[in-house]
Amino acid sequence: MKNSMKLQFDSRSCNESFARTAIAAFAAQLDPTYDELSDIKTAVSEAVTNCIVHAYAERLNTVYITASINDENVLTVKVRDRGCGIPDIKRAMEPLFTTDTAGERAGLGFAVMQSLCDKVRVRSTPGKGTTVTLIKKLESKR
Amino acid sequence: MPVTIEYRDEALMARLQGEIDHHSAQGLREQIDDAISRAIPQKLVMDFTDVTFMDSSGIGLIMGRYRQMSVYGGKVAIAGLSTQQKKVMRLAGLDKLVSFEETGGKV
Repeated sequence: MKNSMKLQFDSRSCNESFARTAIAAFAAQLDPTYDELSDIKTAVSEAVTNCIVHAYAERLNTVYITASINDENVLTVKVRDRGCGIPDIKRAMEPLFTTDTAGERAGLGFAVMQSLCDKVRVRSTPGKGTTVTLIKKLESKR
Repeated sequence: MPVTIEYRDEALMARLQGEIDHHSAQGLREQIDDAISRAIPQKLVMDFTDVTFMDSSGIGLIMGRYRQMSVYGGKVAIAGLSTQQKKVMRLAGLDKLVSFEETGGKV
């Protein structure tokens, strides 16, 4: 069955947990395995954390998520911000690259998303914002 | 996110509980670093047995503590990892910096 949802919330770090739990609850209707659910939660957590830490640089704004499933058991999650944008997407996606030199970000957000999803698409316009699309096909247990 | 810290046999045992993300990592970092600077242990064992979720913030947490322990010439070991957590840690090459122990030390 095709289905979709929308979510928007303040870019507060306490909402990282809310966002990944909400998407996992939406994905649950496809009856995913424990590992698949864990992959989805981790990838969403990375994308949302990027919005909070990098796009909005810890300033309060809004994070937008849309998620959909289709008849082929494919989950698509789009995480969008209206933050600073990424000037060099290729570089930003390199493992261990981070602009957060003062903090303890590992620079692995995109690498983790890519390893846990079938496809990760990034569209960004500097000064306008970024949309990260996570696509994962789930092996239904049904 | 709670962490139980105990110093035993010259090792600092930090048993983490719950979810590790960017939000919870800050508090954990402060508590563990505070214990390291007070005890100056030879070894820090971070036990993930009771960790129910972890994203790359967990990697940052371990790398940061590795740097912290290196200042004092100490080592870091990670215990009680799930398959999912190991997957993320190997991706980061953490197995080259810290040792993985199969079972967690009870605190």
